[in-house]
Amino acid sequence: MHTELLRFITCGSVDDGKSTVIGRLLFDSKAIFDDQLAAITATSKRRGLSEADLALLTDGLQAEREQGITIDVAYRFFATRRRAFIVADTPGHEQYTRNMVTGASTADLAIILMDARKGMLPQTRRHAHLVRLLGIRRVVLAINKMDLVDYDQATFERLCDAFLDFAAPLGFDAVIPVPMSALHGDMVVERGTGLHWYLGKTLLQVLESVPSDEEVAHAPLRFPVQLVQRLRAGTADERRGYLGRIESGTLAVGDEVVVLPAGITSAISSILTYDGPLPDARAGQSVTLTLQDEVDISRGDMIASRAEPPRCEKSFDALMCWFSATPLDPARRVLIRHGTRTVQGKVGAVAYKLDVNTSEQVPAPDHVSMNDIVKAQFRVQQPLAYDSYASNRPNGSFILIDEVSNDTIAAGMML
Amino acid sequence: MSSHHSAEVVDLHPHRAGRTEPLDHLDRLESEAIHIMREVAAECRNPALLFSGGKDSIVMLRLAEKAFRPNAFPFPLLHIDTGHNFPEVIAFRDARVAELGERLIVRSVEDSIRQGRARVKDASASRNALQAVTLVDAINEFQFDACLGGARRDEEKARAKERIFSFRDEFGVWDPKNQRPEIWNLYNARVHPGENLRVFPISNWTELDVWSYIGRERLAVPEIYYAHVRPVVRRGAQLVPVTELTPPLAGEVVEQVSVRFRTVGDITCTCPVSSTAATVAAIIAETAVTSITERGATRMDDQTSDASMELRKKQGYF
Repeated sequence: MHTELLRFITCGSVDDGKSTVIGRLLFDSKAIFDDQLAAITATSKRRGLSEADLALLTDGLQAEREQGITIDVAYRFFATRRRAFIVADTPGHEQYTRNMVTGASTADLAIILMDARKGMLPQTRRHAHLVRLLGIRRVVLAINKMDLVDYDQATFERLCDAFLDFAAPLGFDAVIPVPMSALHGDMVVERGTGLHWYLGKTLLQVLESVPSDEEVAHAPLRFPVQLVQRLRAGTADERRGYLGRIESGTLAVGDEVVVLPAGITSAISSILTYDGPLPDARAGQSVTLTLQDEVDISRGDMIASRAEPPRCEKSFDALMCWFSATPLDPARRVLIRHGTRTVQGKVGAVAYKLDVNTSEQVPAPDHVSMNDIVKAQFRVQQPLAYDSYASNRPNGSFILIDEVSNDTIAAGMML
Repeated sequence: MSSHHSAEVVDLHPHRAGRTEPLDHLDRLESEAIHIMREVAAECRNPALLFSGGKDSIVMLRLAEKAFRPNAFPFPLLHIDTGHNFPEVIAFRDARVAELGERLIVRSVEDSIRQGRARVKDASASRNALQAVTLVDAINEFQFDACLGGARRDEEKARAKERIFSFRDEFGVWDPKNQRPEIWNLYNARVHPGENLRVFPISNWTELDVWSYIGRERLAVPEIYYAHVRPVVRRGAQLVPVTELTPPLAGEVVEQVSVRFRTVGDITCTCPVSSTAATVAAIIAETAVTSITERGATRMDDQTSDASMELRKKQGYF
């Protein structure tokens, strides 16, 4: 049985009923177990609630349960006959932008929650901006709590129009609105009884049918080398194997490639795996490559399409989300990790700060602090073979690491 | 390994994905895990892979083969032996290590107790939590800067929030509120001397994925994972195996029941479930429709409070 994998992120606050939507999705697709339900029912009862609070399923840490808030990204898993799903559940509060960035970074799709009574809120705009910034092309607009507006079709249509007007300039490939009442189970997994006028797909049907994992397969070949192995060491037939994962594109034996940053060209001699050699392979596969020529390649180098090579530069512009509690100090050297390469670098001129509520650019901010998103220029000590994040997520992204504390202090998206 | 069941093949996975077919979800999970193991081999100075003989670590060994064969693994295997293991599992562990020709280091909780490093109420008390002491001692003894483990996010709610590269300070402590952001697949493996990482390549796998993979790869697992008749007593909702370490309490009736284990940890806190599943296919069928979580059914030590696992992890546990 061939089942695909879809990774998605849910954005919204507890007030939008986000946890209830996830709870309903898991519950109705039978991914919540009796003992989990019993445990959260007991906890809910202790707190004087009459029903099981499904939010408790995703609030995994003691501090979260004590304070009734979500602090960190939680990952949940469920599967149907068609697809396996990985859900990144992220908190909606303003101060947790970095968690949303984390959750969105690996997601194929985002569900943006809206309360039918409240419509567009500043956080709805913020979530949509962040999701688009992180390169997610498909959004489900989940208009929840339809039961509280008497399942009114006109309300749904008005809220859809408002969101679509706002989202048009963001350039999503698809915005799929679904009306629902997660509390009553309408249009999440089951169709329910309240929304007979809605003829579209349920939330789960949307999740089962949207394209997954396709864009990277159609981009040019990018293969960052993780490790170099000596194969058949000590024999006359000794050769080097380059271990890595195909981050984008496809490759086949005989394909012409360029090794960067050296700029040497060669061709694929073989594609090896534990299960035997392959004639071709595609984005997402971990393989071992051998080349037709003896080339000096080490970890951090990139094997790329010769016809469509990436840029290879010692300076670049990027949007950066600052994670650290300590503000950016432009005088300090940082480590920049891109693909499998780690280089020393510096953050140069900061052009503007992005207001994530409005997408407005605030020119030349005097400081960059936690959760800020800025456009800046970067200089690195050795060239990086990169693409723009918009055209290639895996090869257009990097993290900043503090040389002294070793903390991950920022995430960047190349322009 | 003729003494063990060879896994019944459920889905032979007839096509290996070529350039036109999207990858199957197990292929994607496998590839992610291989990528993570190779990152550890490249970025860490002195890693180890935790191998207990349990199903998750059996999958980890196959993933290590996929990541590094035909060469040897770039790390030794490490088992923290509670001294309360099922004998079938230890026999399996040793047979599998011999078959792979890799190096296994065993450090035992028994020794930690003898040396006064770990304290127990009595000989039959659960040693699950004590593993943390022995593990942290072993990490210090060998100066490991990373331990690869087979923990999964679907197992438990604290694990659901843990990073794939999970940072531990010099005391082996996990600080859930101060985790490194983990974005895209760019893992930060940098640590100072004395600090270390726990790395979980199969974080995103579920129990069902693990069994599907065991079936697809035809991996042998210890016999007690398959249905067998064993003396048990019923205690609450759980079936408690009757062993020297876990004798029946006064008034309990010993029954012979067909059971299998979903996890094979410390005997004193691991319970089997009622089952007649004698093949991987049958286990997958049961797992797909089960209504109780893996740990809920089988672990007495996770039942004590909402935060049992989180507290153990803060003390250095896996």
